[in-house]
Amino acid sequence: MIREITVLPGKDKTGSLENFSEITLKAGETISIVGPTGSGKTAFISDIELLAQGDTSTGRHVLINGQPPSDELRYDPAMKPIAMITQNTKCFADLTAEEFLRIHARARKMHDKEIVYETIDLANKFTGERIRKDMKVTVLSGGQTRSLMIADAIMIGAAPIILLDEIENAGIFKQEVIRLIQNTGKIVVFVTHDPVIALLTQKRIIMGNGAVRKVLSQDESEVRAAQNLIELDKRVGIIREKLRAGHVITKEMISVNFG
Amino acid sequence: MKLLVIAGPPSAGKTALTKQIVRRFKDEMKIAYLKIDVVKAFEDVELNREFDILTKKVYSGDLCPDHAGVMVLGDAVEWAERNKADLFIVESAGLCLRCSPYLNQGLGIIVLSSISGIHAPEKMGAMVALADIAVVTKIDLVSQAEREVFIQKIKEVHPHIGLMETNALQGTSLQRLYQFIEKSEDIDKNHLVLKGSPPIGTCTICIGKKEIGWDHHFGVIKKLDGQIADYLYRGE
Ligand SMILES: Nc1nc2c(ncn2[C@@H]2O[C@H](COP(=O)(O)OP(=O)(O)OP(=O)(O)O)[C@@H](O)[C@H]2O)c(=O)[nH]1
Ligand SMILES: Nc1ncnc2c1ncn2[C@@H]1O[C@H](COP(=O)(O)OP(=O)(O)O)[C@@H](O)[C@H]1O
Ligand SMILES: [Mg+2]
Ligand SMILES: [Mg+2]
Ligand SMILES: [Zn+2]
Ligand SMILES: [Zn+2]
Repeated sequence: MIREITVLPGKDKTGSLENFSEITLKAGETISIVGPTGSGKTAFISDIELLAQGDTSTGRHVLINGQPPSDELRYDPAMKPIAMITQNTKCFADLTAEEFLRIHARARKMHDKEIVYETIDLANKFTGERIRKDMKVTVLSGGQTRSLMIADAIMIGAAPIILLDEIENAGIFKQEVIRLIQNTGKIVVFVTHDPVIALLTQKRIIMGNGAVRKVLSQDESEVRAAQNLIELDKRVGIIREKLRAGHVITKEMISVNFG
Repeated sequence: MKLLVIAGPPSAGKTALTKQIVRRFKDEMKIAYLKIDVVKAFEDVELNREFDILTKKVYSGDLCPDHAGVMVLGDAVEWAERNKADLFIVESAGLCLRCSPYLNQGLGIIVLSSISGIHAPEKMGAMVALADIAVVTKIDLVSQAEREVFIQKIKEVHPHIGLMETNALQGTSLQRLYQFIEKSEDIDKNHLVLKGSPPIGTCTICIGKKEIGWDHHFGVIKKLDGQIADYLYRGE
């Protein structure tokens, strides 16, 4: 049972010690990681994914329930309590979606035959371009790959910790992903440039120069601001669809009224 | 002296991994490095310049690099011991998939890139099967799910191999490999033998005949232990 993970400080890109004593992420919590490109966001979640023990470029250590993880947790994919969706949206494995998921289910010691089809069905909820089970994963588009990987992380990875690296950039229905992934009792970490995602999470970690700069907790006024932003975001979504369909955009469509 | 034999297909990340190992151990051990390649290699100069360790290279030319390794390894071990090395690392080009360069002592490491295709572990025969440890590189370039699928594939073909994955450019998650190296015993150079039996091929193609088709060729393919292999062929 994973109750919490703890990240202990490492060094920034210039070798100075990070300025925090520990960051603890609890089951059921959502966290966002924000900061400029190259500031170490991906490195931070990779440390969690690898259960770093001072052996990554940052020198951080990660604890599970306050203890260093066992070798089994670190090295046996079937035991790994973490599913990470990376920024890479390309697959190299020369397998169909079905074969790919089947081998992954075997690696994760899942024997339910239906799980593969359920995963593909879920993936199709995240993307408008339909994924079929006999498609080679090498030819899937960025959005399809990302959708399949997220569905795989939820269904087959079935891990108590989910790490998502900039999912908003890959042509998927991000609201749908967030809706399905939140409230699952998991630790969910979003690396993001998206203000809506950043404001919807309970904790926000700000990165700079390879180090954690600040850790903020969500407050009331931000939650309210987030509601407005979601509204705005929906509006932008509608305008985007209208543009795609060849409509002319009117001033009324753009006007918003923040309460 | 400890011995590491590192093999794997071209560009798998053997040198990148070697550099991480050298970086980790150079302060506590004297390291010697040998690169065996077919026609061209730069690693010896590069590693010598970067880490100031003893390096050497040999070109195998017409022979497969593993055959060449068998011939020169005796001398090379002498060379490394004479120079008082504590750790001797051999990087083999690993182009021949019938042979494997691993010895009965020290550690045999196969380096596989996670973007080399899902069927690579099956195709590579003895080079994977006889290794003690498989190191999967370039994990920074693929998704976690794909890494797990690749690892699972290796496991299914070779259930007992020690598996680890890394971004070899950064040397992530190599602690367990370093522990294996620390624990590996010193070799006894008078009792070094190959782990696998290499096939011995002698045929008209080997000696340079250029004609194609069965009519023009004959040959015998024989195993080292004297047994005649099934795939013997003669000119018709
Ligand atoms: N992104 C990434 N690149 C890597 C990794 N490992 C190696 N590379 C790159 O892959 C290329 C080949 O790596 P090498 O270490 O030279 O491969 P090698 O197996 O020694 O190659 P040969 O000796 O020529 O057969 C180089 O450009 C490396 O920088 C890795 O883990 N991640
Ligand atoms: N603390 C650190 N020490 C050394 N290198 C780091 C550190 N943090 C990040 N890096 C390196 O800096 C580069 C950019 O970091 P990355 O995590 O990809 O940034 P981001 O995801 O924020 O764009 C990567 O090569 C990464 O390995
Ligand atoms: Mg990033
Ligand atoms: Mg090399
Ligand atoms: Zn050979
Ligand atoms: Zn021949």
